[in-house]
Amino acid sequence: MKNWFKSGSPWIWLSAATVSISLIMVVGLIGLIAVRGLSMYWPGQIHQMDLRTSDGKTDTVIGEVFDSEQVSKERLKDAGVIIETDKMLITRYLVKTGNRDVDAPDFRWLIADNVVGETFPKEIVVFERMEWGNLYGFIESVKEDGNLVAESTAVWPAFNERLARATKLQEDITSIEKHEIGSVNYEMERLRLKQRKLELKNKFDARAKQEIENEKTILDARYKSFQSKLASLYQQIKRDTIQVKISTGAVVDVQVGSIVRAFKPNAMGTFDKVIFYVKSIWLFVSEDPREANTEGGIFPAIFGTVMMVLIMSVIVTPFGIMAAVYLREYAKQGVVTRTIRIAVNNLAGVPSIVYGVFGLGFFVYFLGGNIDQLFFAESLPAPTFGTPGIIWASLTLAILTVPVVIVATEEGLSRVPISIRQGSLALGATKWETLWKTVLPMASPAMMTGLILAVARAAGEVAPLMLVGVVKLAPSLPLDGDFPFLHLDRKFMHLGFHIFDVGFQSPNVEAARPLVYSTAFLLVCVIIVLNLTAIAIRNRLREKYKGLDH
Amino acid sequence: MNITSSKGDLFANNSKRQKWRMLNDKLAAWVVSLGGLSVIVAITLIFFYLLMVVFPLFESAEIKKLQTYSVPSAQAGDSIHYILDEQGKIGIRFTGTGKAISFYADTGKVIDEKQLVESPVTSFATAEVSSGIIAYGLEDGSAVVVKAGFTVNYTENEKIITPKYEYILGEEPIEIFTGGEAINHLTLQKNEESLILVSINPANTVRISSFEFEESMFDDEVSFEKTDYDVETLNYNPTKILIDNTQRMIFVFDEKDSVYFYDISDKDDVQLFERKSLVESGGKITDIKFAAGSFSILVGYDNGRIAQWFPVRDENNKYSLTFVREFAESNSPVVNIASEFFRKGFISINEKGELGIHHLTAHKTLLQQNIDSGKVTYLAISPRANHFIAESDDGTIQYWHITNEYPEISITSLWNKVWYEGYAEPEYIWQSSSASNEFEPKFSLVPLSFGTLKAAFYAMLVAMPLAILGAIYTAYFMSPKLRQTVKPTIEIMEALPTVILGFLAGLWFAPFLETHMPGVFSVVFLLPVFILLFAYVWYKLPHSLVGWVPEGWQPILLLPVIIFFVWVSIEVSPLLESALFGGNLPNWLNNEMGIGYDQRNAMVVGFAMGFAIIPTIFSIAEDAIFSVPKHLTTGSLALGATPWQTLIRVVILTASPGIFSAVMIGFGRAVGETMIVLMATGNTPVLDFSFFEGMRTFSANIAVEMPESEVGSTHYRVLFLAALILFMFTFMFNTIAEVVRQHLRSKYSSL
Repeated sequence: MKNWFKSGSPWIWLSAATVSISLIMVVGLIGLIAVRGLSMYWPGQIHQMDLRTSDGKTDTVIGEVFDSEQVSKERLKDAGVIIETDKMLITRYLVKTGNRDVDAPDFRWLIADNVVGETFPKEIVVFERMEWGNLYGFIESVKEDGNLVAESTAVWPAFNERLARATKLQEDITSIEKHEIGSVNYEMERLRLKQRKLELKNKFDARAKQEIENEKTILDARYKSFQSKLASLYQQIKRDTIQVKISTGAVVDVQVGSIVRAFKPNAMGTFDKVIFYVKSIWLFVSEDPREANTEGGIFPAIFGTVMMVLIMSVIVTPFGIMAAVYLREYAKQGVVTRTIRIAVNNLAGVPSIVYGVFGLGFFVYFLGGNIDQLFFAESLPAPTFGTPGIIWASLTLAILTVPVVIVATEEGLSRVPISIRQGSLALGATKWETLWKTVLPMASPAMMTGLILAVARAAGEVAPLMLVGVVKLAPSLPLDGDFPFLHLDRKFMHLGFHIFDVGFQSPNVEAARPLVYSTAFLLVCVIIVLNLTAIAIRNRLREKYKGLDH
Repeated sequence: MNITSSKGDLFANNSKRQKWRMLNDKLAAWVVSLGGLSVIVAITLIFFYLLMVVFPLFESAEIKKLQTYSVPSAQAGDSIHYILDEQGKIGIRFTGTGKAISFYADTGKVIDEKQLVESPVTSFATAEVSSGIIAYGLEDGSAVVVKAGFTVNYTENEKIITPKYEYILGEEPIEIFTGGEAINHLTLQKNEESLILVSINPANTVRISSFEFEESMFDDEVSFEKTDYDVETLNYNPTKILIDNTQRMIFVFDEKDSVYFYDISDKDDVQLFERKSLVESGGKITDIKFAAGSFSILVGYDNGRIAQWFPVRDENNKYSLTFVREFAESNSPVVNIASEFFRKGFISINEKGELGIHHLTAHKTLLQQNIDSGKVTYLAISPRANHFIAESDDGTIQYWHITNEYPEISITSLWNKVWYEGYAEPEYIWQSSSASNEFEPKFSLVPLSFGTLKAAFYAMLVAMPLAILGAIYTAYFMSPKLRQTVKPTIEIMEALPTVILGFLAGLWFAPFLETHMPGVFSVVFLLPVFILLFAYVWYKLPHSLVGWVPEGWQPILLLPVIIFFVWVSIEVSPLLESALFGGNLPNWLNNEMGIGYDQRNAMVVGFAMGFAIIPTIFSIAEDAIFSVPKHLTTGSLALGATPWQTLIRVVILTASPGIFSAVMIGFGRAVGETMIVLMATGNTPVLDFSFFEGMRTFSANIAVEMPESEVGSTHYRVLFLAALILFMFTFMFNTIAEVVRQHLRSKYSSL
């Protein structure tokens, strides 16, 4: 044993173990997110459980089992649950029972020993609603304008037909509310600003007034027509109701128009479930969020992230490359350049929140405030650019990531063999021609790597964005059909911030948790793919230049 | 000929083209240099911009004389009080004859005169300065309470400010002493519901009059109910009396410069808390004023000192007036003190005519300047503290402007213990905002620095052993094939958004740790032992059985071993907890050991942030070790050293600067990390090193408070200061690390 210790072998084993631990942590973490994030949309079995209550009666609970764990009796006692049992450890289930509006709470911990019966009735329907989360129950009947139209076995097809109609109507309503009326409102606001601008310039004369009045009348008429259309749609969508029997035995009326979708998980085969699963994932990435972001999709967040990263790339690429080319090709190599290089390198290590503070102070309040004074005086005191927005977020992140691009590009430039430059110069090309036609193309994969790494960093960064433009719910996307189409001053939603906001600021964390995992998984996937691409490009590049060195 | 001419053309063309090319080349050089330099300038701008925002915090105050004029309508009697309006445009002079004379503060021109009280005035008092409430004690034993203020009206393009007087208790004087004895001293305080007036007559009888306001149901008229309480006849000669803002304490000062401190919370049973001499450290009292908030008493002495005293509660809940701090910039007797309205600042003037601008909590004198006046009799400051007037005994008034934006910040208030009002002792506190009105922001950076270092410390505790040992193994022992996959896998961790780590730490790991603490602890402490045990067994097994595992693949072999151990630990954790800690370890810690437990604590942060910085340290350290020249190791091995000896004596020694720089960079990252600490701690700025409790770091603090802070305010600038500190700290660490690394690189190349 002493020899064994003396040989140093135990320490080698221990250090080997640290590598294993690191590996387990990485893979485990990504696995955890993947499993939790992906399982959210798999339609699980709906349990109908009979529960023994403390006064000897039985209760029925319908819901999905989310989690199960073993807890000590004392912990339960501390939480106010007292159980007569000899067992030290008690199994309990976390059951999502839904029905938040009629039978709160929507998540319950059930003691396994109290469950006396468990069935999986095929007829249980899960209703996803616009408000109040899921509803679990059995459809009793379908009514149209209060008149019974279907009962017992006929309800499901009758209901589905009506749901399809309601969904169609709902789409129309959303389209009018969001796009048409939104557009009218936007025009109105522009008119108001136009008038204010003229007033400020003292040019608001009778003719201008007449013009604006005319436009206003047209807009008002349009608005009125949309309003009446909306009113009739709302009337129509209220037509159908269904009667649902829930776990307590009570029958509740549910408006068909308030249902997003309905399905019977216990009656689904595996194939149905797969189809349903794929559809759910599609809805998740393509829909708007509902209920304070805890339900529905994350489309605006994806859109906002992509938009911001795109604007950032447009800014960071030329400037980063220029700085690198300057440092490597034009600047006199010496102590100063070395210092600059070290400084640029170190800026990558400066905390991102510092960039956020800088962005808020310099871009938003200083630059934005001045832009407002100069060009948007008509809308003051309401700020246009003097408030956090997507352009400032992109600029802040551009400054944050420019060191990444500079370092990567410089590395690429330094790998281009000197012989190639000399060859080009010897043939009579100017310095710029040499750079443009030979060196830069050869270094382009390195620039690509830098850009990809910058994008990956920007997509995952949250702290600075919280100061310079991200919001939990943006009323409109930064890109839409209203002139000038790209609204650089708007606030936007972001995947990373969405995780923070839904996970930590939402009132119903339990209900929001699966959505947070899914969002996190999406973000992790995007970033890992970006990084792997960067690594692959870098490796290929290295191989390529290995050959050139001789 | 043809040929030559065409050749000439060619040349001509060529030279044109040549010129164009040269121009292009020059242009490109210009554009690239300009672009490159501008990027570099933009980056350095960050530092200078932060500095620029922070700088005003540390500027001292400035004053500028605007005008001198004679006292407005001097014939109306001697002044007893002055007030200025919000803008410092209009002043009101109150005279001992009961008149109020309003005048333009910049010229001294009288606006109007009003007789506020008719009978001869024998005493005068002001309530909390910002309320504008004053009281006259009259010769016939009655009192009049007036709220003096200003109304602002807007006409076409002008703002008209007019003085306004409101009799709070009616225009008729309120009878206090029925016997018709004069009121010699009085004091008052008013809040929403009640007004307390304390008066002393020539026979030294103290009477407390309480006025409870009742909102009338029918009109806006406010009615009140008056109750009188007789306290006692004083057996000393009072010179001044003050009542605090809570209406629970009164302070009576006597000729011997002592203060008698009474508790009047129960007015039927007034208690004398204590008698205290205010002149123990020498001098005589020259002026006594409340600071803003009517809680701290400012005492000016004839030896130039100004001392702050306030009641401090001891362990037995007993109050005692305590000396807190003093300002002693000069030894000329203090003549007058005027408190600011909304900040804990005040101005003072001494006999030499030196004006001092001070701030209490910052314990800082921002300015000491002679204003060349005669002996100043009255001093008044405007509510925004940007103007003051000084009346001299030569019958003139000087009107001055003050620039003093950020008096509350000093190196002392940022980094030392500060004795805040209402606290039992000096403390380090960060508390930037509160719902209450009388709140004073507390900007001590100590709790935040402490939290930052605490979080970074626990993160390093987790990350350093794992990352450095891992790097050593990967660079030195691992089979090259395995290294090719392991290295990128660990490095990909670096790219993981920290918001995801923070969310997992806060929502998954923190609750998990709370319920499985024994399991987690057993993993931390017993896993190494278990691994050693496994390694020993492996070593003892016959070679034929274990020989199939090639050298350098141990990590893969250990994967199932570790997973198994972790699984077992977690499974037995509830059993252990039930058996040893009464089933609930956090409770047990709290009840049996007296250790507080936060669900989101330093351990959670340590693990989560440790996880985040492992790849940083690992990657740099691994590079450093891997690039140790091979001939050094082969030489050592050839001389008969074991691989482990070679590693310790040769490789690590050579690579140690690289490992050091890896640790520095990792530390820099831990210090600045925002999302993980924001999500995985409770963000309470406490000074407690326990790993069961949370903390608040600079970065999380900025993220939480920055969006709500008002642009240009002290709070805003202090947050910028926090950012600047973070910037400089990490920049310094990274630079040291980078220099060490470059040095190492040149060393290797010379080897």
